[in-house]
Amino acid sequence: MPDNPFRRTKPEPVPPVAASAREKTLPLRINGKAFFHNGDPEMPLLWYLRDVLRLTGTKYGCGIGACGACTVLVDGKAEHACMLPVKSLAQREVTTIEGLAGKDALHPLQESWIAEDAIGCGYCQPGMIMAAAALLKRKPHPDDADIDALPNLCRCGTYPRVRAAIARAASAPVEGKK
Amino acid sequence: MSFDRSRRRFLVTSAGAAGALLVGWRAQAQDDLPYLGARFAPQQLTDFVRIEADGAVVIGARGCEVGQGVKTGLPMLIAEELDADWSRVRVEQLSYGYIEADSGPGDRYGDQGASGDAGPTAWTQLRQAGAVARWLLVQSAAQQWNLDATTLRTESGFVIAADGRKLAYGDLAANAATLDAPASPPALKDVSQFRIIGKPARTVDAREVVLGRTEYGIDSYLGNALVAVIARCPYPGGALDTLDDTQARQVTGVHCIIVLPGPKSDAAFDGVLAAGVVVLADDTWSALRGRDKLKIAWKADPAWAKDSSAALEASANALLDDDANATVVRNDGDFAKAKKAPRTTTLSARYQLPFLAHATAEPPSATIAVTSDKVVLIAGVHDPAGASHLLHTLTNVPREAIDIRLPRAGGDLGRRLHNDFVAEAALIAKAAGVPVKLVWLREDDLSHDFYRPFGVHELTATLDRKQHLTGWSHRIAATPRNWRDAQLAGKPVFTGLLDADAFPAGLLPNFQQLFHALPCGLPRGDFLGGAHAFQAFAAQCFLDEIAHATHQDPVVLRMDLLGAPRMLRPGFETGRLAGVLRIAAGKIDWQHKPKDGHGLGIACHAGDGAYAAHAFEVSVEGNDLVIHRAVCAIDAGRVLNPLNLQAQASAATLIAVSATLHEAITLRNGQVQQRNLPDYPLLRMAQAPHSVDVHSVDTGADPTDFHDIVAASAAPALVNAVFAATTVRVRKLPLMPELLRLL
Repeated sequence: MPDNPFRRTKPEPVPPVAASAREKTLPLRINGKAFFHNGDPEMPLLWYLRDVLRLTGTKYGCGIGACGACTVLVDGKAEHACMLPVKSLAQREVTTIEGLAGKDALHPLQESWIAEDAIGCGYCQPGMIMAAAALLKRKPHPDDADIDALPNLCRCGTYPRVRAAIARAASAPVEGKK
Repeated sequence: MSFDRSRRRFLVTSAGAAGALLVGWRAQAQDDLPYLGARFAPQQLTDFVRIEADGAVVIGARGCEVGQGVKTGLPMLIAEELDADWSRVRVEQLSYGYIEADSGPGDRYGDQGASGDAGPTAWTQLRQAGAVARWLLVQSAAQQWNLDATTLRTESGFVIAADGRKLAYGDLAANAATLDAPASPPALKDVSQFRIIGKPARTVDAREVVLGRTEYGIDSYLGNALVAVIARCPYPGGALDTLDDTQARQVTGVHCIIVLPGPKSDAAFDGVLAAGVVVLADDTWSALRGRDKLKIAWKADPAWAKDSSAALEASANALLDDDANATVVRNDGDFAKAKKAPRTTTLSARYQLPFLAHATAEPPSATIAVTSDKVVLIAGVHDPAGASHLLHTLTNVPREAIDIRLPRAGGDLGRRLHNDFVAEAALIAKAAGVPVKLVWLREDDLSHDFYRPFGVHELTATLDRKQHLTGWSHRIAATPRNWRDAQLAGKPVFTGLLDADAFPAGLLPNFQQLFHALPCGLPRGDFLGGAHAFQAFAAQCFLDEIAHATHQDPVVLRMDLLGAPRMLRPGFETGRLAGVLRIAAGKIDWQHKPKDGHGLGIACHAGDGAYAAHAFEVSVEGNDLVIHRAVCAIDAGRVLNPLNLQAQASAATLIAVSATLHEAITLRNGQVQQRNLPDYPLLRMAQAPHSVDVHSVDTGADPTDFHDIVAASAAPALVNAVFAATTVRVRKLPLMPELLRLL
């Protein structure tokens, strides 16, 4: 197919390389799938996700871990993808916003975000949701101080609705429990 | 779709699925056309409604969605008159619509800017677009049933006959598409018939956003686009001196280095904002590593090389001290005489506002492909018509072949009114001959913006022996907003900073506004709140000072000033401002003064037909300001989407709070000092109130945009509350460093 400069390309993650070539590559697990990175091991996870895998739900905001737009879960804990060189992620499980929802249902935070309409421009919200997901994992019923401690920035000032969304998700009945 | 010049109307051709109906405002004659208020000649609206064969109603959203809710709100207007079932409507973002018509170039869909969903043009035009679609569906049903169309009604996606028979829009669409549009606009609904307007509607993109699937401009990819990052000259107006890119070229993944000249000295900023050295690479990381390896020496523009915030502050105060050669903005009565009147008390204070950066969540970015006969741009812009014009100028591609797609944008606050990043991307793509995705880093964004201007205000008031205000003087020394701004060329020097009609203009017999221009090399632009916020901060803090100095209640003082409810001038009814002030005071429980170091503050402002008042309850605990309660009362005419009004009023309040607490751009040695977010602290969760208690008054007046007015009353109310809590009067922003210095 001739190269068309106007063609819109959608995510086509680099397929896992052949086993023989794996020695020189870095094994990564992202959203439950295996990937092998053969580029610069210093590349921050943020740019690997965005430019290589084209998982663009993880946003760039500052590049220095100050805004939280790129928050992902690494082994279940919130981390700033802009601060993590891919070489630090071997044998670790990365979850991005694209991998947060279950197969058939949204994550309770995604549901509560929609219910509370906790969207301004929406750009920071994937990172905000990932940070909240890590919080709820750690503490299923967070108090105000826990929510206050969320470091994510929202330029649109959606904080009150984000707070309400987290509270709603935390009080939502957990599946299987009555 | 084709444009038949001889018949002066759009012809519907089949598009998409069989039976698809494309409907727009298909006027029969130029005279029928509504005025669109855009920068080009008036044009028809088209393509807002598509009904698929399966009955799905698809509505086109024309505005640039930057978080203000237009992608939800504008389609609601269409859906209302269409009588669609909103819960089943699918909204699709329209690209920028350019049209060559007999009368010249035009905006096919009307105003596609980012102005609120309450724009007066949208209110009429988009309801008409929905009404035309409904009219066609009704005619189609009338033909099918052989009934008189006037006996039919519509509801939630059905045409219904008097005997109860129903036909779904989907079943009528194919035939409706063959009918001629009405000769004149069909009648619009009476407000009592509204089923969608005025009802809460959630963000249409919410699901995509929370799943991380929304593609912002920075998330888009075109062809084999290379990623561009730019090292820009840190000196406003400066230029490249020497460049050694040997090492940068050797970085794996780097394709080439391109030098971008800066704007011409003193010419309007109509292209790039600064000189730069571009690194084009396979991916962002390679581009950044390449940029790190560039060895560049920049030379400053001698005119601005020594700019500093300290010098600006001194110059501003000197201009106000000398008070020579000021531009008179307004002069009612005789303020000088009022000052000399017997038994007159004169009060005066100066307030200082810093430069502000927009720091949008998504920094500027643009993805573009340019060939000799076509351009595709995907970018979060606010002025797509301007971008189209600019791209034509830069590429010479005809405007009808320039395709501008409008993804959801990560915030605006006025930054995206400027298309400098579009110009950069286009020039790079042209020079490199490949599609380009230009990414700005946060450091680029904070140091290269069109900043909210810096200024020092001097307010002086005269009061008679009964403590009634008799005179008011508002003098400003500020960096003019319209400096090198092509769109404001020829406008008075105070444009965008001082509004001759701003409260309390017209309410006092002796009133003057004077402006002193303060030269500075930093580019300036609009920031949420605009002239309203710039001016109201000083005026509303000063009113609070007057009240305390003369032992009057700040609410009563404002009420006395407003006087009897009346139309002071078109767009300003004193009763409506008094109304929101009364609500804010009531909701914060103004009469009940809190103790324990808590303080209440209040402020109000009006303009552009919108009215807002804020009240805060705060305390200072250690080095932190705690906002216990925030109340916002707003009157902006008819409420289209109550949920969005709440969200927007809360957002504008908190953006203003953020700007007030910590934000400032400062200059030293001719350069912006702030590098990244730690130097430009934005409001955090812990500093935000748990809720903003928004109360809206729906007077039924035509809806108007309220963001600027809401942003205007928030900051002074907060500062007034800090005074009530601490007895410390902060007259210089940002608030926190100044408050901690004074405490």
